[in-house]
Amino acid sequence: MKFLMIIMTSVLVNNYVLSRFLGICPFLGVSKKLNQATGMGVAVTFVMLLATSVTWPIQKFLLDRFGLGYLQTIVFILVIAALVQFVEIVLKKYIPALHASLGIYLPLITTNCAVLGVTINNIRDETINTFGKAMVNSLGCGIGFLFAMVLFSGVRSRLEDADPPKAFRGLPITLIAAAITSLSLFGFSGVATGLFGG
Amino acid sequence: MLTAILTAVLVVAATGLICSVLLVVAAKYFHVPVDEKEIKARACLPGANCGACGYTGCDGYAKALASGEETRSNLCVPGADAVAKQLSDALGLAYADVIEQVATIHCGGDCAQAKRRADYQGISSCAAANLIYGGAGICPVGCIGLGDCAKACPNGAICIENGLAHIDTRKCTGCGICTKTCPHHLIDLMPDVERVLVTCSNTDKGADTRKACTHGCIGCKKCEKNCPSGAITVVDNLARIDYSKCTNCDTCAKGCPTGCIMISDFSGIHRYTVVPSAPAEKTAEKTADPSEPAKV
Repeated sequence: MKFLMIIMTSVLVNNYVLSRFLGICPFLGVSKKLNQATGMGVAVTFVMLLATSVTWPIQKFLLDRFGLGYLQTIVFILVIAALVQFVEIVLKKYIPALHASLGIYLPLITTNCAVLGVTINNIRDETINTFGKAMVNSLGCGIGFLFAMVLFSGVRSRLEDADPPKAFRGLPITLIAAAITSLSLFGFSGVATGLFGG
Repeated sequence: MLTAILTAVLVVAATGLICSVLLVVAAKYFHVPVDEKEIKARACLPGANCGACGYTGCDGYAKALASGEETRSNLCVPGADAVAKQLSDALGLAYADVIEQVATIHCGGDCAQAKRRADYQGISSCAAANLIYGGAGICPVGCIGLGDCAKACPNGAICIENGLAHIDTRKCTGCGICTKTCPHHLIDLMPDVERVLVTCSNTDKGADTRKACTHGCIGCKKCEKNCPSGAITVVDNLARIDYSKCTNCDTCAKGCPTGCIMISDFSGIHRYTVVPSAPAEKTAEKTADPSEPAKV
């Protein structure tokens, strides 16, 4: 139940894109078509899980032990970037099909702020105190990102056909649509706690 | 103070070093050998990844050429003859002219022929009109005529006349952008050597098609019986031409009761007419292109 609570919270209440406004760049950049948005969402989920599985032990067993907590950001960036590159090389060799579908997105998100945000938040948040919870939280955040991407690509396909005033065309109307989409998720705050218990 | 700076620098440097060593080892150990021929072939291709060759982008085509499963060097449409020549030289393949692709519209129902059931006054875009019961025409698959394809065409090769899109083949480069914009998927690319075309996409029964449009294919199978080379079959009340068997003899177009099988008038403008072109011109067109590879 606790794991379900973590997932629901990170998908709906603390959605990284729509509530915390992290990872806006891919959210606006790659959400034009549904299949691209899905590909990006899956790739981000994958990288978030991977990054957490490495950065959590690094923080708990290396940085904290030697009192180097202040180096967190720069070390995480380095490690995540190297790891994603490494995984890309391995995928290319052993699973070319997966590399072909995820490959173009992986270099884009090596040090995406949503990925870095999840790993740092997993350390900062006091309710996430075990490795398992950190992984579940990352999964939830990834699904939340995917959810936001898919949702917004639907909104955007409608925007393509709309005829807004000239000043709003292009990015402005997209940002307004993103704001309204993010508003809709605020309805969930409080609901998750009520459903799954604190 | 100094030790703090030194520790930070050393730790970060060490982390960077470990990561880079890991990556170097991985790059060596998991190295995927790339065929030299493939690199050569890929260097010749323009890199537009348009897919006109039938492969998934330039990399896919280069791979197929290198492995020997593809022997035709003339499939790159945007690269045209120059790229075909380079590829043939680089890989030692037989050279043939690139057969240009042109866009064709599988609908011939203009304002006079296709009946409307409503007057559409919304946003002037096919995509928008298509959201409301598939457009104002009775025919569910016909040309909406609001010109999304014309707006998308980078070469200005498409014009809308009488509520129907027409393609100027002199300007068309076969890029295929229009094929993706049509909400009814009426436009597709075909080799620029074919001259007969079924200008209808309606698969409803003959009587229903008739009610919607006087130009539509009613599935009478006359063309199927008349065709001397057996290239036409009627599937789902719509005639379909198998271009690997078609000899451009025009028999189908002459016999079609609704006139929906049409012949290009060779003027360059893809406005098909039912008037057959002179036979002499036809043979000239055929013999001018002897190197044409088998069409799929």
